[in-house]
Amino acid sequence: MNEIIKLEGLNKTFRSKQNTVVALDDVNLSIYEGEIFGIIGLSGAGKSTLVRCINLLERPTEGKVWFDGKDLLTLKPKELLETRHSMGMIFQQFNLLMQKTALQNICFPMDITKVPKEQAKKRAMELLEIVGLTNKAQAYPAQLSGGQKQRVAIARALATNPKVLLCDEATSALDPTTTRSILDLLKKINRDLGITIVIITHEMSVIEEVCQRVAIIDSSHIVEVGKVEDVFLNPQSDMAKQLIFPAGRRTAKFGGGRTLRLVFDGETFAEPVIGSMVIECGAAVNILFADLNKVEGKTFGQMLIELPDQEQVAQRMLAYLELHHIHFEEEAHHV
Amino acid sequence: MFDPTTLHLLAVGLWETLYMTLFSTFLSYLIGLPLGLILVVTDKTGIRPMVGVNAVLGFIVNFLRSVPFIILLVAVIPLTRFIVGTSLGSTATIVPLVIGAAPFVARMVESSIKEVDAGVIEAAQSMGATPIQIVMKVLLPEARPSLVVGSAIAITTILGYTAMAGFVGGGGLGTIAINYGYYRYQSDMMLVTVLILVVIVQLFQEIGMKLAKIGDRRIK
Repeated sequence: MNEIIKLEGLNKTFRSKQNTVVALDDVNLSIYEGEIFGIIGLSGAGKSTLVRCINLLERPTEGKVWFDGKDLLTLKPKELLETRHSMGMIFQQFNLLMQKTALQNICFPMDITKVPKEQAKKRAMELLEIVGLTNKAQAYPAQLSGGQKQRVAIARALATNPKVLLCDEATSALDPTTTRSILDLLKKINRDLGITIVIITHEMSVIEEVCQRVAIIDSSHIVEVGKVEDVFLNPQSDMAKQLIFPAGRRTAKFGGGRTLRLVFDGETFAEPVIGSMVIECGAAVNILFADLNKVEGKTFGQMLIELPDQEQVAQRMLAYLELHHIHFEEEAHHV
Repeated sequence: MFDPTTLHLLAVGLWETLYMTLFSTFLSYLIGLPLGLILVVTDKTGIRPMVGVNAVLGFIVNFLRSVPFIILLVAVIPLTRFIVGTSLGSTATIVPLVIGAAPFVARMVESSIKEVDAGVIEAAQSMGATPIQIVMKVLLPEARPSLVVGSAIAITTILGYTAMAGFVGGGGLGTIAINYGYYRYQSDMMLVTVLILVVIVQLFQEIGMKLAKIGDRRIK
């Protein structure tokens, strides 16, 4: 696969009279053409700075930024502006022109690149159709909901036929339902138009929903990069673990029973496994933690359950799980 | 008192006042608008930071703004004579008016432009817009309602300045108020001129606010 974005030894230090802040420290990252790549981290980890280094809204203090075979830091200012036409960007706060209609907002980047007015308008209407807002062409941003504003912003970012779409916390200001619909739209754009998408977020659910690969950033460093399912099922870094199992839940105390970690790795189930096991064995289990996702009918994720104290019942449950080919491992006792 | 001669006097005064106010406002914006934009753009957080230029312009603006207008009126008389040929009358008054108002307009414009959301500017930059495109297609259109409100304030301030110019023979309603109302103790003339000024200020202010509201797409 082709590397469309490559960051090499990226370093960004903000200096002011009072203090020096290292926002990025030796970041190396390759993003391939056609993929949806996620970058996740807590606030202040440096992820917004990282995405701004890709289109040089922020100039890195050290390192190289490659985009589509070009070393961006060596480009002349005019060439850089032209290169930015192949990189769309959307934002948490949408950043639409408030005094312009949805249609005019989408025409704006084409106005900048001097596309003839009529042609721009035609293209803008096509884009409104892609994002499902043909009836809002004449609406002003103040008349649109958050999700609709982000759709207009996406259409605007696509106007110049970019190769890459950078999303900076694009769903963080939206409710869960709207978030899902925007993520579906991004997936559609990736699939139908073949545009590489880079998603910056602090929400693991966003990564799970759309990304193929993910990088985890923790205090200015990339601590883990990999396929989403690998990182999700087998997190290596502390930050990945913290993001996947939100703080504290794993170490809670329970009775004396055995604790199992069940791992669902894309199985399909005809029946509710845990429910059936409980009925069949005649005893309840304690669900300590569960984070499961159904993707195209397959279940991914993991679950921590505590078995009843009676050894006999517990044995039967283990047998049941084995019989149904569910991967599990016994957890060390948290006391 | 409202004999034809007086009415004529007031009509001419009103005309001169409007002429001075509108023409000075126009010229002040011709200078103040670009100046205000340069102040924003060259600011260290601006889209084209130029610290030196910004500091020099900022100093000039502050310097001119700190000179009381009544002093400025007298101080620039030689310059006025050089440009207009005389220091008396309404056309001559336009020179100190513009010198006094342009820096004020620049600061008004600067504050309006600074209200534009930094995120929108960043979005335009991410699309590869040049600084000039950002000024023309983002900053000015997005700040339009605030600029219109600012111009209503500027116009009423300049109107106040024209009345002050009456003390040094600047023409207009200010001169009538001074010559008849003050020097000749005709308090009715004083009252009438002041009333006319009050009405004009109200009108400009109202029209400005209405225009700003009509043009603003953030509401409704």
